[in-house]
Amino acid sequence: MSLDLPTIWAGLLAFAVLAYVVLDGFDLGVGMLFALETAPEDRDVMVNSIAPVWDGNETWLVLGGGGMLAAFPLAYSIIMPAFYPAIIAMLLALVFRGVAFEFRFRATTPGGRRGWDWAFLVGSLVATICQGLVLGGLLQGVRVVGRAYAGGWWDWLTPFSLLCAVGLVLGYGLLGATWLVWRTEGVLQARCRRHAQWLGWAMLAAILVVSLWTPLLNPNFAARWFAWPGIALTSPVPILVAISGWGLWHGLRHGHQLTPFLWALAWFALGFAGLGISLWPLIVPPGITIYAAASPPESQGFVLVGALVLIPLQLVYTAIAYWIFRGKVRAGAGYH
Amino acid sequence: MAPDLTALLLARIQFAFTVGFHIVLPALSIGLASYLVVLEALWLARGGHVWLDLYRYWLKVFSVGFAMGVVSGLVLSYEFGTNWGVFADRAGPVVGPLMGYEVMTAFFLEAGFLGVMLFGMGRVPAWLHMLSTMLVGCGTLLSAFWILAANSWMQTPQGYRIAPDGRFLPVDWWAVIFNPSFPYRFTHMVLASYLSVAFLVGAVGAWHLLRRSAHPASRLMFSMALWMAAIVAPLQILAGDQHGLNTRQHQPAKIAALEGDFTTEPGTPLLLFGLPDMQEGRTRYAVAIPHLGALILTHSWNGTVQGLDEFPPADRPYAPVMFWSFRLMVGLGVLMAGLGLSSLWLRWRGTLYQARWLQWAMVAMAPSGFVAILAGWVTTEMGRQPWTVYGLLRTADSASPIAAPGVAASLIGFALVYAIVFGAGLLYLLRLVARPPAIGEPGPPAGVPVRSAGITPAPAVAAQIPAAEQPNTIKGREP
Repeated sequence: MSLDLPTIWAGLLAFAVLAYVVLDGFDLGVGMLFALETAPEDRDVMVNSIAPVWDGNETWLVLGGGGMLAAFPLAYSIIMPAFYPAIIAMLLALVFRGVAFEFRFRATTPGGRRGWDWAFLVGSLVATICQGLVLGGLLQGVRVVGRAYAGGWWDWLTPFSLLCAVGLVLGYGLLGATWLVWRTEGVLQARCRRHAQWLGWAMLAAILVVSLWTPLLNPNFAARWFAWPGIALTSPVPILVAISGWGLWHGLRHGHQLTPFLWALAWFALGFAGLGISLWPLIVPPGITIYAAASPPESQGFVLVGALVLIPLQLVYTAIAYWIFRGKVRAGAGYH
Repeated sequence: MAPDLTALLLARIQFAFTVGFHIVLPALSIGLASYLVVLEALWLARGGHVWLDLYRYWLKVFSVGFAMGVVSGLVLSYEFGTNWGVFADRAGPVVGPLMGYEVMTAFFLEAGFLGVMLFGMGRVPAWLHMLSTMLVGCGTLLSAFWILAANSWMQTPQGYRIAPDGRFLPVDWWAVIFNPSFPYRFTHMVLASYLSVAFLVGAVGAWHLLRRSAHPASRLMFSMALWMAAIVAPLQILAGDQHGLNTRQHQPAKIAALEGDFTTEPGTPLLLFGLPDMQEGRTRYAVAIPHLGALILTHSWNGTVQGLDEFPPADRPYAPVMFWSFRLMVGLGVLMAGLGLSSLWLRWRGTLYQARWLQWAMVAMAPSGFVAILAGWVTTEMGRQPWTVYGLLRTADSASPIAAPGVAASLIGFALVYAIVFGAGLLYLLRLVARPPAIGEPGPPAGVPVRSAGITPAPAVAAQIPAAEQPNTIKGREP
């Protein structure tokens, strides 16, 4: 059997997207929690807890875009125009949010600081909503004629995609809140624990609704989930979701520092696995598979050689960065 | 589907706008990163606080420019799909892997070591800090390598075959990367980045000399920048000449358009002034020097340069803009070389720091390198038109099926957001350089967060060490 490059690349790309979602997910969640935490010193602690790592986190998004162009150019050339307004809004929001990191510490007036705080909050929120809309829109399917998107501008804007957007806002919020439970202490930590509890219940509800709705979108998804042999793979997923939910609730109630964040990550990983089970081997539902969208073996192979060396290297950098910045972030620690 | 001409034009404007904002920032990063490597190496080799003060002074500028470069670059990596979907589909198998390598080699390297570079001094061993600065510098050059390989392939494609469905498939990666125009474009762009930063640094030095700054770093900036100008500007003119010869060989229509030559004749003249008129097919009000065009472009007195009349009207790039953007670039390049050579004369006379006119001239030239880069970029990219992959895929056939109102709305969004974001960034950069360098220049404020997945312990460690115990920033290397 020869190497199945499209499968390998689908795995790599899925890994990059998952890495992005969990890493930038808590970043964006912390940004959105600015809506609930308004005290300047708390906001400084929140930003300082993610500042050392956010840029590296976002690099995974660049890899997702670049990797898709390299390995599945057809999917890239259909998805981007299909979700045009959402993608553009996401990029603009990320621009705002990215420089707000830098500029909120440079602003010389309190008004300027508040302005960049606002940019940080709104940028994080808009970017998250857009990502949720794209996810939902992709699941419900994209109209393609020939090799191009053939739908309208707002095809992706449906109750289902809006639900996904709300779910992602809640999910990233939960990641952000549990991250802050891990990385902060005192009153801020206690409040984040409470945020995490209601966000956890809300996200569980969102997971349930999205999970029940998804099979209705496409009969193939339903067959995958409820018929043999797919069910062998799918039946453990709800059980694991329940276990993770219990772990999250238990950790939050019993003063655990790190476990709530890990259980929230487990929810995301399970949700992502669920998506993978539904979609495989589609990359642009309902019609385009990873094999149809793949660039030729000469292209996929060429990048794969580099990816196998360089992506593990990047993981090492990332791990070292998180290890170095471990520990609680304290108020005022950053400012002299 | 029939190309929507308004949407196509708007998509082109949008790409030009976002690339135009972006390209200045990598140029700043490339030039400054290398300058910082030199400063740190000199500091380690010679000691003394001046090098370190200068290093820290420019490090702050680098950090702000870098952050803006990251976010504006993120936009571009998705714009190929949003606005140029057909291009992405057809050319993706060739161009995509080059951009994938850019992310994996350059961006990850930069993200990994930027933190040490910004905050690690005094907390990691000197050699490790030097290494980090060098790796970030390498990252900026690698990024230029891959992205210019992709761009050059679009200008002078080779090493591909065309599949029955119209896609470009790679055949020989070595040929794809080292396509005919790549070595010239890469050299030209890297030298341009170095020159741009040299003139920025020189202007800041000159400004503080004019304001009677006592710190020796002001003199040092001024002097180093003029050495660069004296050496690199003439080299750049040579590189530009060679790039031009290469372009004449592979993209003759581009040369004809930027020279405003509509007719083909031996002993082609050089037009100093004129208004190219695409409708009439001639350059009005031309002021010409006979034979000089042939001499420059063919290096022979009676050489023939193809005019635009040799190309069907549908294949002609738009000369009226290119004619002037090219002259703006060349004019600035000649001015830079002139200032560099003047400085050699003044240096020899021993009056380099006394000549006020030179200081004012340097201040006036502060943005000259960046303006020249933009002018050159406009020239070469408009000169690629009407193709995205030269001679093979038309721009009109490359766009996504997005109608004009959608493209217009996103263009307005980009214009608004970039005006706010880059306006604030520019203001902040000007504030940084308006202040003269200080003895014991502080680094980026300790604990103000790193904007990168750096592997530096700086903020975390700094938070744990009481202020009194923190290492004195300029101790250590002082004699």
